[in-house]
Amino acid sequence: MSQVDKYLEKPAEWLRVSGPLSDVVISSRVRLARNFAGYPFLEKLTSRQQKEIAELMAATVKAVQQFKDSEYIRYNEIAELDRQFLLERHLISREHAAEKGYQSVAVTDDEMISIMVLEEDHLRQQTFQPGFNLREAWRVLNQVDSEIEKQAEYAFTPELGYLTACPTNVGTGLRASCMLHLPGLVLTKQIQKVLQALSKLNLAVRGLYGEGTQATGNFFQFSNQITLGQPEEEIIENLECVIQQVVEHEKNARQFMREEKKLRFEDQIWRALGTLKSARMISSQEATGQLSLIMLGAELGFIGKAVVLQELNTLFLLIQPAHLQKTAGKVLDSTERDAARASLIRERLSKVIM
Amino acid sequence: MVCNVCGTNPATIHLTEIINAQMMEIHLCEACAEEKGTEFKTHFNVAELLAGLGEVSMTKPSGRKAEVLVCPDCSLSYEEFTKNGRLGCPACYEAFSRYLIPLIRRVQRAAQHLGKKPGRMPVETEARHEMKVLQEKLKKCVQKEAFEEAASVRDQIKIIQEKNKKPKKR
Ligand SMILES: [Zn+2]
Ligand SMILES: [Zn+2]
Repeated sequence: MSQVDKYLEKPAEWLRVSGPLSDVVISSRVRLARNFAGYPFLEKLTSRQQKEIAELMAATVKAVQQFKDSEYIRYNEIAELDRQFLLERHLISREHAAEKGYQSVAVTDDEMISIMVLEEDHLRQQTFQPGFNLREAWRVLNQVDSEIEKQAEYAFTPELGYLTACPTNVGTGLRASCMLHLPGLVLTKQIQKVLQALSKLNLAVRGLYGEGTQATGNFFQFSNQITLGQPEEEIIENLECVIQQVVEHEKNARQFMREEKKLRFEDQIWRALGTLKSARMISSQEATGQLSLIMLGAELGFIGKAVVLQELNTLFLLIQPAHLQKTAGKVLDSTERDAARASLIRERLSKVIM
Repeated sequence: MVCNVCGTNPATIHLTEIINAQMMEIHLCEACAEEKGTEFKTHFNVAELLAGLGEVSMTKPSGRKAEVLVCPDCSLSYEEFTKNGRLGCPACYEAFSRYLIPLIRRVQRAAQHLGKKPGRMPVETEARHEMKVLQEKLKKCVQKEAFEEAASVRDQIKIIQEKNKKPKKR
């Protein structure tokens, strides 16, 4: 049994419970970049220094209250598939998973807080909250950061704040982000207009969406771009303000779908359900797109109460390649994964009557 | 519309990124999107930023090549930094400050930290930080024409300056 298997039994707390504006904002995340004083940044660290920092953090988190129940996972002690698994659970980044040194991650048992060690910066601390709740995420992480700082000295200057390997993170080292589900804006073709209006602001938006029947999920990540010159609270407030407006637009779009174009979208959503309830093989791409429509259907009240949003959130996670393989307890090739994915989805949607 | 990656299949999936106030769209076919995964990331490109930034370019106006800047602590050169966008150590900020501060000012639209600070700092660092924060606050108050607030900030600055003078007199 591997060190990460315990997480498989239940999805992360922030996916299971509902939060403010959960119908549009899936999750809120705050990340802090920190480096220790007296060491160079990652690229200039010797192997010995890497090991030192990894062991220093292993000892440090033990004294942090929030990490009382947690795991300290060293990448060179776990399998490649386990790293992929942690990545799918958003506990680590793609870049971090690909590193070959002494990289490790500290994860609380509820998976609300994780600290990547030896990412682009010595530490990348992050915390999740369900729904739209950046303030709580910041409150929690701020405490964790202060606890760590009691035991170690960070690289900091009065002018530039916390020093980071890349100047785009310098200052607060704070990246706040929310994952939004915007099928209303995508399907009513307003998303470009909304994003265009946002492009004048200091924020980053990343989205992946499709056209017509080939929907790909309609998920968008909004985050702050600037990390210096504003207090953390102000950075978060500015981002919140923008997200609130996007949520408003999305809700209007959904109302339009419900009231003006009911038949058209009802048709699209039931067809998606038909596909998911009958497919014997399904790609991750297609499943994500169709499940996004089911989420929308549940929101619009088109498919009754048999589908619970939080269960769908969990399903999005379980159909990822590493999760399917961990669940099956063996390596699956791409065809086998498509079959396992289709069967899992059919099972989870069996209560929904067509 | 054809796929931006393979250039042959029709694009059905669209990535949107807004970075540095610029909206970018990438159009992909399903095969290429599958390959690229749902995670994608445009790396902050320092070289590109520098290209649009005449005043901090490495070539001096006369056209002669600028001196080679190297960090004394980690031996990273400024040129290496412009290639991969990552600094070598905390001291790089100081070593490259001539070019780096204007760059930071451009990317961050500020050059003074106003957020959290470590709970324990060397006394001198602490005082310097406090002063910097107040000065920045004063500037903002004046910009907003909040003169009453500005006056109170100015008083706070004076008090600290007085306090800092005292030990020296002794
Ligand atoms: Zn293509
Ligand atoms: Zn250096």
